Amino acid sequence: MFQNLKVRLGLIALLTLASIAVLVANYNRKDAKGEKFRQIVTLGLDLQGGAHYAMEIDESKAALSDKERADAIDRALKVVRLRVDELGVSEPVVQKSGSDRIIVELAGQQDQSRAKEVLQKSAFLEFQIVHDYGDLQAVMPRMEQAIAAAFPNEAKPAAGAPSTTSPGGLLQTKQDSARRDSAGTRTDTAAAAAAAKPFESKIAGQGPGGQLLVANADTPAVRRYLELPGVRALLPRGTQFLWGVPAVEEQRGFSSLWFVDSQPMMTGESLQNAQATTDQFNRPIVTFELSRRAGRRFEKATGDHLGDKMAIVLDDRVFTAPVINGAINTRGQIELGKATMEDASELALVLRAGALPAPLHIVEERSVGPSLGSDSIDKGKIAGIVGIGLVVLMMIGIYHFSGALAVAALVIYVILSLGMLAALRATLTFPGIAGLILSVGMAVDANVLIFERIREELDRGRSVRAAVNEGFHHALRAIVDSNVSTLITCAILFYTGTGPIRGFAVTLAVGVVSSFFTAVFTTRTLMSLYLERRKSVQSLSI
Amino acid sequence: MRFFQNANYPFLQWRKRAYLITAAMLLVGIGSMIYHSARGEGWLHYGVDFTGGTVVQVSFTHPVTAEQVRAAAGHSDWEITRFGSGNDYVVRTPRFGQEAGQDAQSRVRQALSSRFREVVRGRPGGDFSIARTEAVGPKAGSELEQRALIAILLSFAAILGYLAIRFEWRFATAAVIATMHDVLVTLGFLAVTRTEISLGTVAAVLTVLGYSMHDTIIVFDRVREDLAKPRHGRTFVDILNKAINETLPRTLLTVATVMATLVSLLLFGGPVIFGFTLVLVLGIAIGTFSSIFVASPVLYEIERRFPRAEKREQAVRSSSAQRSKLARPAAEVRSR
Repeated sequence: MFQNLKVRLGLIALLTLASIAVLVANYNRKDAKGEKFRQIVTLGLDLQGGAHYAMEIDESKAALSDKERADAIDRALKVVRLRVDELGVSEPVVQKSGSDRIIVELAGQQDQSRAKEVLQKSAFLEFQIVHDYGDLQAVMPRMEQAIAAAFPNEAKPAAGAPSTTSPGGLLQTKQDSARRDSAGTRTDTAAAAAAAKPFESKIAGQGPGGQLLVANADTPAVRRYLELPGVRALLPRGTQFLWGVPAVEEQRGFSSLWFVDSQPMMTGESLQNAQATTDQFNRPIVTFELSRRAGRRFEKATGDHLGDKMAIVLDDRVFTAPVINGAINTRGQIELGKATMEDASELALVLRAGALPAPLHIVEERSVGPSLGSDSIDKGKIAGIVGIGLVVLMMIGIYHFSGALAVAALVIYVILSLGMLAALRATLTFPGIAGLILSVGMAVDANVLIFERIREELDRGRSVRAAVNEGFHHALRAIVDSNVSTLITCAILFYTGTGPIRGFAVTLAVGVVSSFFTAVFTTRTLMSLYLERRKSVQSLSI
Repeated sequence: MRFFQNANYPFLQWRKRAYLITAAMLLVGIGSMIYHSARGEGWLHYGVDFTGGTVVQVSFTHPVTAEQVRAAAGHSDWEITRFGSGNDYVVRTPRFGQEAGQDAQSRVRQALSSRFREVVRGRPGGDFSIARTEAVGPKAGSELEQRALIAILLSFAAILGYLAIRFEWRFATAAVIATMHDVLVTLGFLAVTRTEISLGTVAAVLTVLGYSMHDTIIVFDRVREDLAKPRHGRTFVDILNKAINETLPRTLLTVATVMATLVSLLLFGGPVIFGFTLVLVLGIAIGTFSSIFVASPVLYEIERRFPRAEKREQAVRSSSAQRSKLARPAAEVRSR
């Protein structure tokens, strides 16, 4: 087969051009925002910067059967996709990995906290009754005492911090004053009061929904207070504090702290549907539907709590807390007042997203800042150019003209393997580069193997043409065997490995296939072409 | 340009010395693994990819000392080390995930904010920015070790099968033993130096595995080819030596080209890729050593213990066994 030189040349040209076409198409590909992609091969997040998350269903609260888990993952996948699209990242990857994991990859995503929030939104929904802050008055003095005992320094925040001397002292005082400005509410008199009441001094006021408002600068401190085991023990039985979702905060610069029943009235599991629509006055509302069994329980629960507020809690974060106006059976509606239709569909989505039997948890998170990524690429480019330059010099220095042919084949190899990677939509990751290095090595090696063999045959006194034929013929078996072994390893790595290892396997396999093609087929064709042109060739520059 | 043309080194005769070197390398490596696991530190120094936990790399815009960073961080269980040669530091915490409603990255950010200012886009100044975060849950971590191990063992088994079909079981076994040797010595090196094992290290070890296997197959191919030819009284040792010598120019040239690429990665690739490349450089050097000094000697030893009993051979042996036994050592009787 392929004895005809023209056919062989044509095939090489065709494959090379096809690869170039794929690469150019990839480079000019436009993303959702209409911006050019500007990468010939999709770079992995470790190279271009971005965030990678692996999420799993948390089964600590409720064990799932295989079928339930599969269903839950599929639903979660749908919701996470919907969610990720909102982030406006170009070409986000949301995929199932194995039977119980979801992988999310956000290229160039810088705002980690927002991305994570959005991802985890699609989690566990609970309806919890909001308690009045007044219910806490009885235990408040003891709580303050416990906090003051645990954090003696923080009771007088203004006095403690700046006195510590350090190399960064100037910077620090500047920052402290900035923080005090932003807090606003904390005056000198407040500082004095804070000594006695560390908790209450950090509460800026009460919001319209019954939540406590805490200035953002104070939230870390309040968080720490509420984490104290002593404080937790003092809370009335069956109650807890929950933070609000930052994105829906009505007052900027403040976080909401909700005091709620820890036992949910209902979880998202019973929720069958939720939709944003409008009422007869054209105001946005969200209607929801419960399963029949849950409806009976919910009717009783809502009947008992008429006029109370019911916090809609997603992933332990309070989204909103509408007032219960009547006993709700299987069909209910949430009026949103002044809110827009967008808010309504957001809430409906939150409700639907929460209709998962168990929450999603991030089990793995990797993020690389864009500067580190581009730094890696720049360094990789320099290293690659120097490395390939050295290889080219060695090949030509040692094998002269034949070496130059091998270098030409190597160029085709690079084009082909990149083209294959682009066509497979594979991403080039950091371990993938290792795979490429190894396959470049194997491509060069195949040529070295052949050329050494030709030299040996020439030494034995064969004619140039016979030596070339023998050289290729004998070297072929070793090349095939080593390439097949490598491909077997690649296949096993691909099926047993996870993300990055798979990337390595794909790159290596692509490299091996194209190196086989270029080293054996292309170099041979080029050499035959050379021999064909000079019918009476006596010596070969090798 | 040609070198090692018509080389004729008695490699197989040097095998005893090679065994000593190999044994020493394995002893030191495995010894260190045992020593460290006895001390409860784990036989290898697993990074967060395996143990679970969080690594946050922080880039400072100006030089800072480790003490300053430690003072700012405040947590005693945070391991803070310099990364590369620039103003980068790496903060490691054994914890993963949410704690008090905050993830590790924000905790690091917050702790550092007590003394330094974060770089914010569109605002001048700032001291640090978060360059990289890796947070791995304990479950995902332990799974990785298992899967990597399964992958390596499975590929050994598959290659053993393939080579047994293409060559013969003796060759296959020798090639796999030589490759296992390389993986073990590389792991031993990692154990001695307590290099942190990450996903990149796994990829590097897998690359070493592939290269070593490749290198061995090239030599064995020559042996296979020569065995098919008439022997003219040459011993198996002669054939092995000839195969190694004939492939010597290619072995060295290939190693030189691969090393050229790797050294340029070492020099110019930056700190992120440095550890990874170092494992490759070392592993490929060992792989080259083993294809000459481990694979062929092992093949020889197997051949000596389990001589091939081909029909033709048996016929020859029955007629000339007596004479040959006197003339040559038992292992070298087989002639075709």
